[in-house]
Amino acid sequence: MSQFDMEAIVEKVLQELSRRTEAKQPGGGEQTTEPADAGTIYFPEEKEMGLTNPRNPQTIERARQITPARIAIGRAGTRMKTTSYLQFRIDQAAAHDAVMKDVSEDFLRDLGLPVLKTRAADIQEYLMNLDVGRKLCDESVQWLKENGQKGKDVQIIVSDGLSSSAVEANTKDLLSALLQGLKLKHISVGQPVFIKRGRVWVQDEVAALVGCEVVVSLIGERPGLATAESLSAYMIYRPNENSVESDRTVISNIHRGGTPPIEAGAHLADLIEDILRFKASGVKYMQLKNS
Amino acid sequence: MKLSCMVRGQHYAFSSIKEVMAKASEEKSGDRLNKIAAASALERMAAKVVLSELQLKDIYENPLIPYETDEVTRIIYDDLNLFIYNEIKGWTVGELREYILSHKTGLSQLSRISRGLTSEMISAVAKLMSSLDLVIASQKIRNQAYCNTLIGEPGRLAFRIQPNHPTDDPEGILASIKEGLSYGSGDAVIGINPNNDSVESVSRLLHMSHDFISKWNIPTQNCVLAHITTQMKALQNGAPIALMFQSLAGTQQANEAFGISRAILDEGMEMMRQMGTSTGPNVMYFETGQGSEVSLDADLGVDMQTLEARTYGYAKHWQPFMVNNVSGFIGPETLYDGRQVIRADLEDLFMGKLHGLPMGIAPTYTNHMYADQNDQEIAGILTTVAGANFYMGLPGGDDVMLSYQDTSYHDDASLREMLGLRPLREFEKWLERMGIMQDGRLTEQAGDLSIFD
Repeated sequence: MSQFDMEAIVEKVLQELSRRTEAKQPGGGEQTTEPADAGTIYFPEEKEMGLTNPRNPQTIERARQITPARIAIGRAGTRMKTTSYLQFRIDQAAAHDAVMKDVSEDFLRDLGLPVLKTRAADIQEYLMNLDVGRKLCDESVQWLKENGQKGKDVQIIVSDGLSSSAVEANTKDLLSALLQGLKLKHISVGQPVFIKRGRVWVQDEVAALVGCEVVVSLIGERPGLATAESLSAYMIYRPNENSVESDRTVISNIHRGGTPPIEAGAHLADLIEDILRFKASGVKYMQLKNS
Repeated sequence: MKLSCMVRGQHYAFSSIKEVMAKASEEKSGDRLNKIAAASALERMAAKVVLSELQLKDIYENPLIPYETDEVTRIIYDDLNLFIYNEIKGWTVGELREYILSHKTGLSQLSRISRGLTSEMISAVAKLMSSLDLVIASQKIRNQAYCNTLIGEPGRLAFRIQPNHPTDDPEGILASIKEGLSYGSGDAVIGINPNNDSVESVSRLLHMSHDFISKWNIPTQNCVLAHITTQMKALQNGAPIALMFQSLAGTQQANEAFGISRAILDEGMEMMRQMGTSTGPNVMYFETGQGSEVSLDADLGVDMQTLEARTYGYAKHWQPFMVNNVSGFIGPETLYDGRQVIRADLEDLFMGKLHGLPMGIAPTYTNHMYADQNDQEIAGILTTVAGANFYMGLPGGDDVMLSYQDTSYHDDASLREMLGLRPLREFEKWLERMGIMQDGRLTEQAGDLSIFD
């Protein structure tokens, strides 16, 4: 093999690696702009097998397949090995960032939804005071009164909740699958909105303002180490001041390792059709459906 | 009873002991969320001054939550030894602090006054104590309990293996159990949190863990941390349980939200005495933590730390083998950052110990708090120095089912080795027989789960 061939192959591999890295960070901003070169470290995402001389390697192999737990990672004295220690810290950092970071401006622009806000002035207030994330700020109330599409069957809300990463990773696929599904079923949908620093209950206020039948919130879940990208969908039929938690229907675990967003979108469309038919959500819906 | 004071030329007046207690608390976001925290640093100090001058009888005579309407209050008062209480009821809270810290006061004195103190008094004195005060006082108290192993002996530190799996796969859980044992963890309990709370699934895990413990003759106890009523049904159906679990809180309203009551706990413990697999007499395992009442909206305006103390007053009625404190599990709306969690861990360890409970600590944090692994390790070291009986043990510190972080098998071994602590007596012998530990240190082959092939 000539020197030229060799270089071409290396170039291709690097391009592929670079493409994959970008694919793994949907909407990721500044971190992915640098092209990969030979000096770039690709830190392993696969959990390290840290045992040097296990009694039975087959047992170790099997154990690592059947649980996502951090087992067979070995040790340095009584402490973790360097790779598994750094992997743990990376996973935790990703989870923490998913909560603390805002959904990127670029992503929101791309998504093209009106951006509303709750009364939470910043992430601190949002985390510490559960009430402020449950109410829209005055300007957003005004905006929705003037511009919200009234009297539709469904109003969709996208919200960062506790994970901006979940929103960035899933929203595009989830929203287009859901809108497509509802369209096929001839269910009318108001212009979806994005609500910054929203908690689930803000959907009650939105529903009251636009007068929809069903309100759906697609909202980032509290992130774990296994994934920081999990999203939930909360639905409620005509919420009012007497609504309780058990009146909401919830689909959780929407992410590429759980229910993939496209599949989840189709499932949600079916569910919403059902909720509209039974005129109930949550426990009431389940009772009616099973009776 | 004086409820006002002058501090730095400013007059501070409080309307009730409840208000004094809340405002004398170290800063916690959950008390602030409830709008009961001190408004300034000096107001907090003024409340501590007032608290330090209150007599124990003032606290006794003014329960924060009425006896008539709250089962937790009733148990705290009914279980109090009035003879001992009468000996000390004239003390101020400030005097109680000095008595606890005095060189003349040791385990036997503290165990005695423990029986004459209500949970609110114990909470009050902790509010006048610094981190070092709490560690020094906690160190004096060792509370032992016996299930299949003796927990709480001086010089020994135990761990629960927490081998959770996202779908309760028994083989996956077993792999994590083996991993934990190979690090010397598991002498407190092998305790599985089930994802699926059905009787069938819980029974399957009870049988699996019991069979494994029997096969390898491991001196420990098994437990599946389902709701107590699920465990009772499993027990009725013949499932082997060595230790029965339940989460507790500090108000009747919160316990009702947990679906428990005195009657249910009595029945569960009675069933364990008749059908459980363990020697006993201590057959219950409880979990508690600051903030659970707040998140259930069942706090009745009482501060989180005092509600936690009340939970201990309730828990001790059933003479548990383990009480595990998981303050930090809820999130930043109750405990904001590492500093608040560390403070809560130290308070809880001290308060639990002064109640006479065999306390363990889970210095946990969630990913939406301002805390990380470093804070958790500091809390672990401090509470080990303060003499906690046990910690959790998770593979790599990551609970893949409950999505939070807790102490790892690695941390368990580290905490023992750095302070020269040994596993529980019988379990240490077993570890030596298995070739996992020698002279209190892990051997070369420790950490290899395939030694159980």
